Amino acid sequence: MARRAFAVVAGGMVAGAALLIQATPARAGEGMPQLDFANPLTLAQVVWLGIIFFALYLLLSRWALPRVAAVLESRAAAIAADLDAARGAKEKADTAVDELTRATREAHANAQAEIAQAVAIAKQTADAQAAEMNARLDAQIAAAEGRIAQARAAALGALSQVATDTAREVVDRLVGGGIDNATVSRAVADVLAARAA
Amino acid sequence: MAAEHASIDALGQFKLHTVLGPIGASVNFTQSNLLMVIASALILALMYFGARPRAVVPGRLQAAAELAYDFIYRMVSDQIGHEGRKFFPFVFTLFFFVLFGNLLGLLPFSFTYTSHIAVTAALAITVIVLVTIVALAIHGLHFFSYFWPSGAPIALAPIIVPVEIISYLSRPVSLSIRLFANMVAGHVMFEVFATFMVMMAGAGAVGYVGAVGPLAMNVIMMGFELLVAALQAYVFAVLTCIYLHDAVHLH
Repeated sequence: MARRAFAVVAGGMVAGAALLIQATPARAGEGMPQLDFANPLTLAQVVWLGIIFFALYLLLSRWALPRVAAVLESRAAAIAADLDAARGAKEKADTAVDELTRATREAHANAQAEIAQAVAIAKQTADAQAAEMNARLDAQIAAAEGRIAQARAAALGALSQVATDTAREVVDRLVGGGIDNATVSRAVADVLAARAA
Repeated sequence: MAAEHASIDALGQFKLHTVLGPIGASVNFTQSNLLMVIASALILALMYFGARPRAVVPGRLQAAAELAYDFIYRMVSDQIGHEGRKFFPFVFTLFFFVLFGNLLGLLPFSFTYTSHIAVTAALAITVIVLVTIVALAIHGLHFFSYFWPSGAPIALAPIIVPVEIISYLSRPVSLSIRLFANMVAGHVMFEVFATFMVMMAGAGAVGYVGAVGPLAMNVIMMGFELLVAALQAYVFAVLTCIYLHDAVHLH
Protein backbone atom coordinates (compact mmCIF):
# COMPACT_ATOMS: atom_id res chain seq x y z
CA MET A 1 0.00 0.00 0.00
CA ALA A 2 2.80 2.33 0.94
CA ARG A 3 4.47 1.51 -2.32
CA ARG A 4 1.30 2.29 -4.28
CA ALA A 5 0.81 5.55 -2.42
CA PHE A 6 4.36 6.36 -3.16
CA ALA A 7 3.93 5.50 -6.83
CA VAL A 8 1.00 7.94 -6.98
CA VAL A 9 3.05 10.65 -5.33
CA ALA A 10 6.01 9.95 -7.57
CA GLY A 11 3.79 9.95 -10.62
CA GLY A 12 2.39 13.28 -9.59
CA MET A 13 5.88 14.62 -9.14
CA VAL A 14 6.94 13.43 -12.56
CA ALA A 15 3.84 14.97 -14.11
CA GLY A 16 4.50 18.21 -12.27
CA ALA A 17 8.10 18.19 -13.40
CA ALA A 18 7.03 17.56 -16.98
CA LEU A 19 4.63 20.54 -16.78
CA LEU A 20 7.34 22.72 -15.33
CA ILE A 21 9.76 21.67 -18.01
CA GLN A 22 7.18 22.48 -20.65
CA ALA A 23 6.41 25.78 -19.01
CA THR A 24 10.08 26.63 -18.87
CA PRO A 25 11.01 29.05 -21.59
CA ALA A 26 13.81 26.79 -22.69
CA ARG A 27 16.38 28.27 -24.97
CA ALA A 28 16.31 26.94 -28.50
CA GLY A 29 17.87 23.53 -28.97
CA GLU A 30 17.95 22.70 -25.25
CA GLY A 31 15.95 19.70 -24.05
CA MET A 32 16.83 17.42 -21.19
CA PRO A 33 20.60 17.06 -21.02
CA GLN A 34 20.02 13.42 -20.07
CA LEU A 35 18.56 12.73 -23.52
CA ASP A 36 21.26 14.59 -25.39
CA PHE A 37 22.97 11.54 -26.79
CA ALA A 38 24.78 13.68 -29.32
CA ASN A 39 26.93 14.84 -26.42
CA PRO A 40 29.80 12.31 -26.15
CA LEU A 41 29.88 12.87 -22.36
CA THR A 42 26.45 11.22 -21.96
CA LEU A 43 27.73 7.84 -23.05
CA ALA A 44 31.27 8.39 -21.80
CA GLN A 45 29.90 8.54 -18.25
CA VAL A 46 28.36 5.12 -18.83
CA VAL A 47 31.76 3.70 -19.76
CA TRP A 48 33.19 5.19 -16.58
CA LEU A 49 30.17 3.89 -14.71
CA GLY A 50 31.03 0.39 -15.93
CA ILE A 51 34.64 0.72 -14.78
CA ILE A 52 33.77 2.27 -11.40
CA PHE A 53 30.88 -0.08 -10.68
CA PHE A 54 32.94 -3.13 -11.57
CA ALA A 55 35.84 -1.92 -9.43
CA LEU A 56 33.46 -1.25 -6.53
CA TYR A 57 31.93 -4.69 -6.96
CA LEU A 58 35.34 -6.39 -6.94
CA LEU A 59 36.58 -4.42 -3.93
CA LEU A 60 33.39 -5.06 -1.98
CA SER A 61 33.03 -8.74 -2.81
CA ARG A 62 36.72 -9.65 -2.45
CA TRP A 63 37.84 -7.35 0.32
CA ALA A 64 35.34 -5.24 2.25
CA LEU A 65 32.37 -7.56 2.66
CA PRO A 66 34.37 -10.63 3.78
CA ARG A 67 35.88 -8.48 6.53
CA VAL A 68 32.44 -7.58 7.85
CA ALA A 69 31.35 -11.19 7.44
CA ALA A 70 34.37 -12.28 9.50
CA VAL A 71 33.42 -9.86 12.29
CA LEU A 72 29.84 -11.13 12.28
CA GLU A 73 31.00 -14.75 12.24
CA SER A 74 33.45 -14.25 15.09
CA ARG A 75 30.69 -12.65 17.13
CA ALA A 76 28.32 -15.49 16.33
CA ALA A 77 31.05 -17.97 17.29
CA ALA A 78 31.75 -16.12 20.56
CA ILE A 79 28.05 -16.08 21.41
CA ALA A 80 27.72 -19.76 20.54
CA ALA A 81 30.76 -20.63 22.69
CA ASP A 82 29.36 -18.61 25.59
CA LEU A 83 26.02 -20.30 25.23
CA ASP A 84 27.72 -23.70 25.16
CA ALA A 85 29.67 -22.85 28.30
CA ALA A 86 26.51 -21.65 29.99
CA ARG A 87 24.70 -24.81 28.95
CA GLY A 88 27.58 -26.94 30.31
CA ALA A 89 27.56 -25.05 33.60
CA LYS A 90 23.82 -25.49 33.85
CA GLU A 91 24.16 -29.23 33.24
CA LYS A 92 26.81 -29.43 35.95
CA ALA A 93 24.63 -27.48 38.33
CA ASP A 94 21.69 -29.74 37.51
CA THR A 95 23.68 -32.90 38.26
CA ALA A 96 24.94 -31.31 41.49
CA VAL A 97 21.38 -30.48 42.50
CA ASP A 98 20.32 -34.03 41.63
CA GLU A 99 23.13 -35.45 43.75
CA LEU A 100 22.23 -33.18 46.60
CA THR A 101 18.59 -34.21 46.38
CA ARG A 102 19.53 -37.87 46.32
CA ALA A 103 21.91 -37.49 49.27
CA THR A 104 19.24 -35.64 51.22
CA ARG A 105 16.72 -38.35 50.46
CA GLU A 106 19.20 -41.07 51.47
CA ALA A 107 20.06 -39.31 54.71
CA HIS A 108 16.38 -38.89 55.40
CA ALA A 109 15.74 -42.58 54.78
CA ASN A 110 18.70 -43.56 56.99
CA ALA A 111 17.46 -41.34 59.77
CA GLN A 112 13.99 -42.85 59.49
CA ALA A 113 15.43 -46.36 59.65
CA GLU A 114 17.52 -45.51 62.68
CA ILE A 115 14.57 -43.92 64.40
CA ALA A 116 12.47 -47.01 63.69
CA GLN A 117 15.26 -49.25 65.01
CA ALA A 118 15.66 -47.17 68.16
CA VAL A 119 11.91 -47.23 68.70
CA ALA A 120 11.87 -51.01 68.22
CA ILE A 121 14.74 -51.51 70.68
CA ALA A 122 13.11 -49.23 73.21
CA LYS A 123 9.82 -51.07 72.82
CA GLN A 124 11.58 -54.41 73.20
CA THR A 125 13.36 -53.18 76.29
CA ALA A 126 10.16 -51.82 77.71
CA ASP A 127 8.37 -55.08 76.94
CA ALA A 128 11.11 -57.08 78.61
CA GLN A 129 11.06 -54.82 81.64
CA ALA A 130 7.30 -55.03 81.80
CA ALA A 131 7.46 -58.84 81.52
CA GLU A 132 10.11 -58.99 84.22
CA MET A 133 8.09 -56.71 86.41
CA ASN A 134 4.99 -58.83 85.81
CA ALA A 135 6.90 -61.98 86.63
CA ARG A 136 8.26 -60.44 89.80
CA LEU A 137 4.84 -59.18 90.80
CA ASP A 138 3.32 -62.56 89.95
CA ALA A 139 5.95 -64.23 92.11
CA GLN A 140 5.28 -61.80 94.94
CA ILE A 141 1.54 -62.35 94.54
CA ALA A 142 2.06 -66.11 94.53
CA ALA A 143 4.27 -65.85 97.63
CA ALA A 144 1.73 -63.65 99.36
CA GLU A 145 -1.06 -66.06 98.43
CA GLY A 146 1.04 -68.94 99.77
CA ARG A 147 1.56 -67.05 103.00
CA ILE A 148 -2.15 -66.28 103.19
CA ALA A 149 -3.01 -69.95 102.59
CA GLN A 150 -0.48 -70.98 105.23
CA ALA A 151 -1.88 -68.49 107.70
CA ARG A 152 -5.39 -69.62 106.89
CA ALA A 153 -4.43 -73.28 107.32
CA ALA A 154 -2.73 -72.39 110.57
CA ALA A 155 -5.76 -70.47 111.67
CA LEU A 156 -8.04 -73.31 110.64
CA GLY A 157 -5.78 -75.84 112.50
CA ALA A 158 -5.90 -73.70 115.63
CA LEU A 159 -9.68 -73.43 115.24
CA SER A 160 -10.14 -77.23 115.12
CA GLN A 161 -7.89 -77.56 118.20
CA VAL A 162 -9.95 -74.96 120.04
CA ALA A 163 -13.17 -76.57 118.83
CA THR A 164 -11.97 -80.03 119.90
CA ASP A 165 -10.89 -78.72 123.31
CA THR A 166 -14.14 -76.82 123.72
CA ALA A 167 -16.19 -79.83 122.58
CA ARG A 168 -14.44 -82.18 125.08
CA GLU A 169 -14.90 -79.65 127.85
CA VAL A 170 -18.60 -79.36 126.95
CA VAL A 171 -18.96 -83.18 126.74
CA ASP A 172 -17.04 -83.58 130.01
CA ARG A 173 -19.37 -81.14 131.77
CA LEU A 174 -22.45 -82.71 130.26
CA VAL A 175 -21.69 -86.41 130.56
CA GLY A 176 -18.72 -86.40 132.93
CA GLY A 177 -15.81 -87.94 130.97
CA GLY A 178 -15.50 -91.35 129.54
CA ILE A 179 -15.08 -90.07 125.95
CA ASP A 180 -11.77 -90.35 124.26
CA ASN A 181 -10.02 -87.54 122.37
CA ALA A 182 -10.02 -89.32 119.01
CA THR A 183 -13.80 -89.50 118.81
CA VAL A 184 -14.19 -85.81 119.70
CA SER A 185 -11.63 -84.63 117.22
CA ARG A 186 -13.22 -86.79 114.48
CA ALA A 187 -16.63 -85.36 115.16
CA VAL A 188 -15.25 -81.77 115.13
CA ALA A 189 -13.39 -82.47 111.89
CA ASP A 190 -16.63 -83.80 110.30
CA VAL A 191 -18.56 -80.75 111.37
CA LEU A 192 -15.82 -78.38 110.10
CA ALA A 193 -15.63 -80.25 106.84
CA ALA A 194 -19.43 -79.94 106.49
CA ARG A 195 -19.18 -76.16 107.17
CA ALA A 196 -16.38 -75.67 104.77
CA ALA A 197 -18.32 -77.54 102.03
CA MET B 1 22.50 31.98 -12.32
CA ALA B 2 18.86 31.36 -13.06
CA ALA B 3 17.92 34.62 -11.43
CA GLU B 4 20.26 36.52 -13.71
CA HIS B 5 18.35 35.24 -16.72
CA ALA B 6 15.08 35.87 -14.85
CA SER B 7 13.82 32.50 -16.01
CA ILE B 8 13.68 29.03 -14.57
CA ASP B 9 16.48 26.84 -15.81
CA ALA B 10 15.48 23.62 -14.14
CA LEU B 11 17.46 21.35 -16.42
CA GLY B 12 20.84 23.07 -16.50
CA GLN B 13 21.81 21.18 -13.33
CA PHE B 14 21.80 17.91 -15.23
CA LYS B 15 24.28 19.11 -17.85
CA LEU B 16 27.47 17.11 -17.90
CA HIS B 17 30.90 18.68 -18.00
CA THR B 18 34.34 17.22 -17.59
CA VAL B 19 36.25 17.63 -14.35
CA LEU B 20 39.87 17.32 -13.20
CA GLY B 21 41.09 19.76 -15.82
CA PRO B 22 42.76 18.64 -19.06
CA ILE B 23 43.29 15.08 -17.82
CA GLY B 24 39.60 14.61 -17.14
CA ALA B 25 38.73 16.29 -20.43
CA SER B 26 41.00 13.99 -22.40
CA VAL B 27 39.26 10.87 -21.04
CA ASN B 28 35.77 12.42 -20.84
CA PHE B 29 35.68 12.08 -17.05
CA THR B 30 32.60 14.02 -15.96
CA GLN B 31 31.34 15.33 -12.62
CA SER B 32 28.91 12.41 -12.73
CA ASN B 33 31.82 9.97 -12.69
CA LEU B 34 33.58 11.94 -9.98
CA LEU B 35 30.50 11.54 -7.78
CA MET B 36 30.50 7.81 -8.58
CA VAL B 37 34.08 7.57 -7.39
CA ILE B 38 33.26 9.54 -4.23
CA ALA B 39 30.23 7.34 -3.55
CA SER B 40 32.29 4.18 -4.05
CA ALA B 41 35.03 5.52 -1.79
CA LEU B 42 32.48 6.33 0.91
CA ILE B 43 30.91 2.87 0.68
CA LEU B 44 34.31 1.20 0.92
CA ALA B 45 35.32 3.51 3.77
CA LEU B 46 32.15 2.68 5.68
CA MET B 47 32.75 -1.03 5.34
CA TYR B 48 36.51 -0.78 6.00
CA PHE B 49 36.43 1.50 9.04
CA GLY B 50 33.25 -0.19 10.23
CA ALA B 51 34.80 -3.65 10.26
CA ARG B 52 38.20 -2.53 11.58
CA PRO B 53 37.52 -2.55 15.36
CA ARG B 54 36.28 -6.17 15.12
CA ALA B 55 34.54 -5.57 18.45
CA VAL B 56 32.10 -8.08 19.86
CA VAL B 57 30.01 -5.15 21.10
CA PRO B 58 30.05 -2.81 18.10
CA GLY B 59 30.52 0.94 18.20
CA ARG B 60 28.42 3.29 16.12
CA LEU B 61 30.32 2.97 12.86
CA GLN B 62 30.70 -0.78 13.21
CA ALA B 63 27.00 -1.07 13.94
CA ALA B 64 26.28 0.94 10.78
CA ALA B 65 28.50 -1.33 8.67
CA GLU B 66 27.00 -4.46 10.20
CA LEU B 67 23.50 -3.09 9.75
CA ALA B 68 24.23 -2.37 6.09
CA TYR B 69 25.62 -5.87 5.62
CA ASP B 70 22.80 -7.53 7.50
CA PHE B 71 20.08 -5.50 5.79
CA ILE B 72 21.10 -6.55 2.27
CA TYR B 73 21.99 -10.08 3.41
CA ARG B 74 18.52 -10.55 4.85
CA MET B 75 16.89 -8.98 1.80
CA VAL B 76 18.76 -11.36 -0.50
CA SER B 77 18.05 -14.45 1.62
CA ASP B 78 14.38 -13.54 2.06
CA GLN B 79 13.71 -12.68 -1.55
CA ILE B 80 15.85 -15.19 -3.42
CA GLY B 81 16.28 -17.93 -0.86
CA HIS B 82 19.34 -19.94 0.05
CA GLU B 83 20.74 -19.81 -3.51
CA GLY B 84 20.64 -16.03 -3.34
CA ARG B 85 23.76 -15.83 -1.16
CA LYS B 86 26.05 -15.74 -4.18
CA PHE B 87 24.27 -12.66 -5.54
CA PHE B 88 24.70 -10.86 -2.24
CA PRO B 89 27.80 -8.83 -3.22
CA PHE B 90 26.15 -7.73 -6.44
CA VAL B 91 22.91 -6.61 -4.75
CA PHE B 92 24.94 -4.94 -2.01
CA THR B 93 26.99 -3.02 -4.56
CA LEU B 94 23.89 -2.06 -6.51
CA PHE B 95 21.90 -0.89 -3.49
CA PHE B 96 24.65 1.21 -1.96
CA PHE B 97 25.82 2.59 -5.29
CA VAL B 98 22.29 3.84 -5.98
CA LEU B 99 21.67 4.94 -2.38
CA PHE B 100 24.88 6.94 -2.10
CA GLY B 101 24.31 8.40 -5.57
CA ASN B 102 20.84 9.55 -4.52
CA LEU B 103 21.98 10.92 -1.16
CA LEU B 104 25.14 12.63 -2.40
CA GLY B 105 23.03 14.29 -5.08
CA LEU B 106 21.11 16.09 -2.35
CA LEU B 107 24.22 17.95 -1.21
CA PRO B 108 24.65 21.49 -2.57
CA PHE B 109 27.02 21.86 -5.56
CA SER B 110 26.85 18.13 -6.04
CA PHE B 111 25.52 16.07 -8.90
CA THR B 112 23.07 13.17 -8.98
CA TYR B 113 24.34 10.49 -11.33
CA THR B 114 21.13 8.51 -10.84
CA SER B 115 19.29 11.39 -12.55
CA HIS B 116 20.81 10.33 -15.86
CA ILE B 117 18.75 7.81 -17.79
CA ALA B 118 21.95 6.49 -19.39
CA VAL B 119 23.27 5.55 -15.95
CA THR B 120 20.07 4.01 -14.60
CA ALA B 121 19.45 2.22 -17.88
CA ALA B 122 22.99 0.81 -17.82
CA LEU B 123 22.40 -0.47 -14.28
CA ALA B 124 18.99 -1.90 -15.19
CA ILE B 125 20.38 -3.59 -18.30
CA THR B 126 23.19 -5.05 -16.21
CA VAL B 127 20.55 -6.49 -13.86
CA ILE B 128 18.40 -7.93 -16.61
CA VAL B 129 21.35 -9.40 -18.51
CA LEU B 130 22.60 -10.97 -15.28
CA VAL B 131 19.13 -12.33 -14.52
CA THR B 132 18.82 -13.83 -18.01
CA ILE B 133 22.29 -15.37 -17.87
CA VAL B 134 21.58 -16.84 -14.42
CA ALA B 135 18.27 -18.26 -15.61
CA LEU B 136 19.85 -19.78 -18.72
CA ALA B 137 22.76 -21.18 -16.73
CA ILE B 138 20.49 -22.83 -14.16
CA HIS B 139 17.60 -23.98 -16.33
CA GLY B 140 19.05 -24.10 -19.85
CA LEU B 141 16.43 -23.96 -22.59
CA HIS B 142 13.79 -24.75 -19.98
CA PHE B 143 14.10 -21.04 -19.16
CA PHE B 144 11.80 -20.23 -22.10
CA SER B 145 8.93 -21.99 -20.32
CA TYR B 146 8.98 -18.84 -18.19
CA PHE B 147 7.01 -17.15 -20.97
CA TRP B 148 4.34 -19.81 -20.83
CA PRO B 149 2.32 -19.90 -17.61
CA SER B 150 1.60 -23.55 -16.81
CA GLY B 151 -2.02 -24.62 -17.33
CA ALA B 152 -2.92 -21.89 -19.81
CA PRO B 153 -5.01 -23.06 -22.77
CA ILE B 154 -2.89 -23.59 -25.88
CA ALA B 155 -5.23 -21.47 -27.98
CA LEU B 156 -4.18 -18.39 -26.05
CA ALA B 157 -0.51 -18.87 -26.85
CA PRO B 158 -0.39 -16.17 -29.55
CA ILE B 159 -1.57 -13.64 -26.98
CA ILE B 160 0.09 -14.85 -23.77
CA VAL B 161 3.58 -15.43 -25.09
CA PRO B 162 4.06 -11.95 -26.60
CA VAL B 163 2.57 -10.38 -23.47
CA GLU B 164 4.94 -12.33 -21.25
CA ILE B 165 7.92 -11.46 -23.43
CA ILE B 166 6.99 -7.79 -23.47
CA SER B 167 6.51 -7.75 -19.70
CA TYR B 168 9.92 -9.39 -19.31
CA LEU B 169 11.57 -6.86 -21.59
CA SER B 170 9.79 -3.96 -19.94
CA ARG B 171 11.44 -4.76 -16.63
CA PRO B 172 14.69 -2.89 -17.32
CA VAL B 173 12.67 -0.01 -18.79
CA SER B 174 10.50 0.42 -15.70
CA LEU B 175 13.46 -0.23 -13.43
CA SER B 176 15.58 2.50 -15.02
CA ILE B 177 12.83 5.06 -15.64
CA ARG B 178 11.44 4.77 -12.10
CA LEU B 179 14.74 5.74 -10.54
CA PHE B 180 15.63 8.31 -13.19
CA ALA B 181 12.22 10.02 -13.09
CA ASN B 182 12.11 10.17 -9.29
CA MET B 183 15.52 11.76 -9.10
CA VAL B 184 14.92 14.21 -11.93
CA ALA B 185 11.53 15.24 -10.57
CA GLY B 186 12.90 15.93 -7.12
CA HIS B 187 15.84 17.95 -8.36
CA VAL B 188 13.73 19.92 -10.82
CA MET B 189 11.35 20.84 -7.99
CA PHE B 190 14.29 21.92 -5.83
CA GLU B 191 15.59 24.11 -8.62
CA VAL B 192 12.16 25.58 -9.37
CA PHE B 193 11.42 26.53 -5.77
CA ALA B 194 14.93 27.82 -5.23
CA THR B 195 14.62 29.99 -8.31
CA PHE B 196 11.23 31.29 -7.13
CA MET B 197 12.91 32.21 -3.89
CA VAL B 198 15.70 34.12 -5.60
CA MET B 199 13.29 35.83 -7.98
CA MET B 200 11.03 36.92 -5.11
CA ALA B 201 13.94 38.14 -3.06
CA GLY B 202 14.92 40.23 -6.04
CA ALA B 203 11.57 42.02 -5.85
CA GLY B 204 12.40 43.93 -2.68
CA ALA B 205 11.27 43.89 0.95
CA VAL B 206 7.90 42.28 0.27
CA GLY B 207 9.67 39.66 -1.76
CA TYR B 208 11.88 38.73 1.17
CA VAL B 209 8.78 37.86 3.16
CA GLY B 210 7.25 36.03 0.22
CA ALA B 211 10.42 34.05 -0.37
CA VAL B 212 9.84 32.25 2.90
CA GLY B 213 7.15 30.19 1.16
CA PRO B 214 9.41 28.53 -1.44
CA LEU B 215 12.13 28.19 1.20
CA ALA B 216 9.78 26.29 3.51
CA MET B 217 8.71 24.21 0.54
CA ASN B 218 12.31 23.28 -0.20
CA VAL B 219 12.92 22.34 3.43
CA ILE B 220 9.92 20.01 3.32
CA MET B 221 11.05 18.73 -0.08
CA MET B 222 14.47 17.91 1.33
CA GLY B 223 12.89 15.63 3.92
CA PHE B 224 10.77 14.03 1.25
CA GLU B 225 13.74 13.63 -1.09
CA LEU B 226 15.72 11.86 1.64
CA LEU B 227 12.86 9.37 1.83
CA VAL B 228 12.75 9.05 -1.95
CA ALA B 229 16.51 8.57 -2.16
CA ALA B 230 16.44 5.67 0.29
CA LEU B 231 13.18 4.23 -1.01
CA GLN B 232 14.22 4.24 -4.66
CA ALA B 233 17.50 2.53 -3.84
CA TYR B 234 15.52 -0.03 -1.85
CA VAL B 235 13.01 -0.54 -4.67
CA PHE B 236 15.82 -0.97 -7.18
CA ALA B 237 17.51 -3.59 -4.98
CA VAL B 238 14.30 -5.42 -4.07
CA LEU B 239 13.16 -5.63 -7.68
CA THR B 240 16.59 -6.95 -8.62
CA CYS B 241 16.18 -9.60 -5.93
CA ILE B 242 12.69 -10.49 -7.17
CA TYR B 243 13.96 -10.84 -10.75
CA LEU B 244 16.83 -12.99 -9.51
CA HIS B 245 14.33 -15.11 -7.58
CA ASP B 246 12.35 -15.64 -10.76
CA ALA B 247 15.56 -16.54 -12.58
CA VAL B 248 16.57 -19.06 -9.92
CA HIS B 249 13.16 -20.63 -9.36
CA LEU B 250 11.21 -19.84 -12.63
CA HIS B 251 7.68 -19.00 -11.42
